[in-house]
Amino acid sequence: MLKYTVKRILLAFLTIFIIAAITFFAMNAIPGGPFDSEKAPDAAVKAVLEARYNLDKPVWEQFFLYIRNLLHGDFGVSLKTGRDISTTIFNAFGISAKLGGMAALAAVVFGLLFGSIAALMRNRLVDRIIIFFTTLFVAVPSFVLATLLLLVFCLKLGWFQVWSTTNQNFFLPVVALALYPMSYITRLTKSSMLEVLGQDYIRTARAKGVKESMVVAKHALRNALIPVVTYLGPMLAYILTGSLVVETVFTIGGLGTKFVTGITNRDYTMIMGTTIFLATLMVLMTLLSDLAYKLVDPKIDFN
Amino acid sequence: MHNADKLPKKQILSLQLDLQKFEPASAEEKQQQERMRESTTFFRDGMRKLFRNPLSVFSLVVLGLILIVIVFAPMIVPYGYSEIITVNGRRDKTAKNLRPFEYSPVEQAAIDEGQQLFPHIFGTDELCRDYFIRVVYGARVSLGVGLFASLIVLVIGLTVGSISGYLGGKVDMVIMRIVDIIYSLPDTLMVILLSVVLDQVIGSKLAGTVFAKLGNNMISLFIVFGLLYWVGMARLVRGQILSLKQNEYVLAARTLGAKSRRIIKKHILPNCMSVIFISTALQIPSAIFTESFLSFIGLGVAAPMPSLGSLANSARGSMQSFPYKLVFPALGICLIVLSFNLLGDGLRDAFDPKLRR
Repeated sequence: MLKYTVKRILLAFLTIFIIAAITFFAMNAIPGGPFDSEKAPDAAVKAVLEARYNLDKPVWEQFFLYIRNLLHGDFGVSLKTGRDISTTIFNAFGISAKLGGMAALAAVVFGLLFGSIAALMRNRLVDRIIIFFTTLFVAVPSFVLATLLLLVFCLKLGWFQVWSTTNQNFFLPVVALALYPMSYITRLTKSSMLEVLGQDYIRTARAKGVKESMVVAKHALRNALIPVVTYLGPMLAYILTGSLVVETVFTIGGLGTKFVTGITNRDYTMIMGTTIFLATLMVLMTLLSDLAYKLVDPKIDFN
Repeated sequence: MHNADKLPKKQILSLQLDLQKFEPASAEEKQQQERMRESTTFFRDGMRKLFRNPLSVFSLVVLGLILIVIVFAPMIVPYGYSEIITVNGRRDKTAKNLRPFEYSPVEQAAIDEGQQLFPHIFGTDELCRDYFIRVVYGARVSLGVGLFASLIVLVIGLTVGSISGYLGGKVDMVIMRIVDIIYSLPDTLMVILLSVVLDQVIGSKLAGTVFAKLGNNMISLFIVFGLLYWVGMARLVRGQILSLKQNEYVLAARTLGAKSRRIIKKHILPNCMSVIFISTALQIPSAIFTESFLSFIGLGVAAPMPSLGSLANSARGSMQSFPYKLVFPALGICLIVLSFNLLGDGLRDAFDPKLRR
């Protein structure tokens, strides 16, 4: 276990480093520098500015300076607004984290619930309804869902207020974000639960006279959880990228909105900072979920 | 003279069969050897199962209909995807934001004069273009991107995976380490990043070629798929080949003297082809998802060319007054993705050797 953990942590750090390198060199490959705009300063001013931002140094030196700054939590300055990017990211991250956390929680809780119900009520009407809707929801991209929810429930029916800083209603954005992973978890739980329910130890537990609720909660669900844990990493990645568009659609001023605005404005330093921040977050989440998976399932071979 | 007499005399303790102890089979015994039913091949059996599954049939029908519409509709509908509607050779500026099956005042006047005009099935957009044909072309682009991206993934993944699986050893180790690292990169973020960058880098080089029409973003999408998404397929292929190589029937075939070529052709490939095929079928909706996602955040196909994602995105601005403009492309994406998902599931149930009874 220790060897595996160390190996995974090393791989995670290597990945983060590679992402930072790809981002840096990709951005470097774009023709034109930050001071090549229409209102270009004259050569002397430009030289001073470039020296100020280390742009006169060779690319490799710039890269190491950049990595050093990253390690100090310094993401540079936005090309469009001139604001410090790390401050922007950390300010915007709060609301995105809240949205993402709620969506993840909702997806896992309701996914497990519906999945267990579908497995226990196999081939009954409830099961069919659950499977019908989850199959449907897996085919709907989050931005379509978000836009339709906004259209129907906010604009047409008026059940929810449109998002504003004074009126923060997380319900619809969370639904838009959580429905896909919830459906996936439901299907995953159902199939693994059905497999577990056919095992000998479930029969043994029932034969001993253990209450049905205990059999389900303690013996079946616990073992059925294992495949769900493997999905946690991909789910968090989905929620992170999904929140990019869901936030844009609902005009929530989180990290996603900042990222998408950065893309639309071609604000390269902003894109760079946000990519590295989100990617690091994703790699760490995947690492945690992989380690959790090994903890939950003792049958897994650590090599 | 009987055959048996030709044999050399049986020696004591020899294992040679004594053919005199055998007798010809009676008619009744011969009947037992008759085939009770048509022997079935793996493929035919799978197809039979596929067509028995109502969901797969439904998805095939839907995909077939979509295919027919996107192939034939541009031949029937007299409008182009970037063409502003004209009446009597003059641009019809009143044909803006028409509702489905509605005619503009100018068109109505032309119809009253006895002209035949093709109805705007989905209405028109804010630039006076026929919306139905735009959705059709959008579906063409989305489907094409999905299929082509999956093809790239299939080819690269299959090649790298089989090299890794066959050769083993150091080559395998190096390839698998690279795969591990690429696998842990967050793909959507990398797609966004590379789309932004490639847009600037390759943009000028593409001008004037066939690719320019499709746009830099689509080319970068293909490049990204070629760079990043093959790893899943490579892992799958390698795992399949490694585990199949060690099967008893491969050993049995080898013992019977089969050449490696026959083993690969008859024993390994048919068994992993189905898994690879299914995973390709499931790759298509995910590529369509990625394409529509990119189009939605403004990194999609180049401007006059529509895709379902970019249509949905541009419909967002006016969604309160013209909700159907959002609904049609959204419905298109959902139908295509749903059908491919169901078809993939159906194919898996029908063709996956592990699930066969």
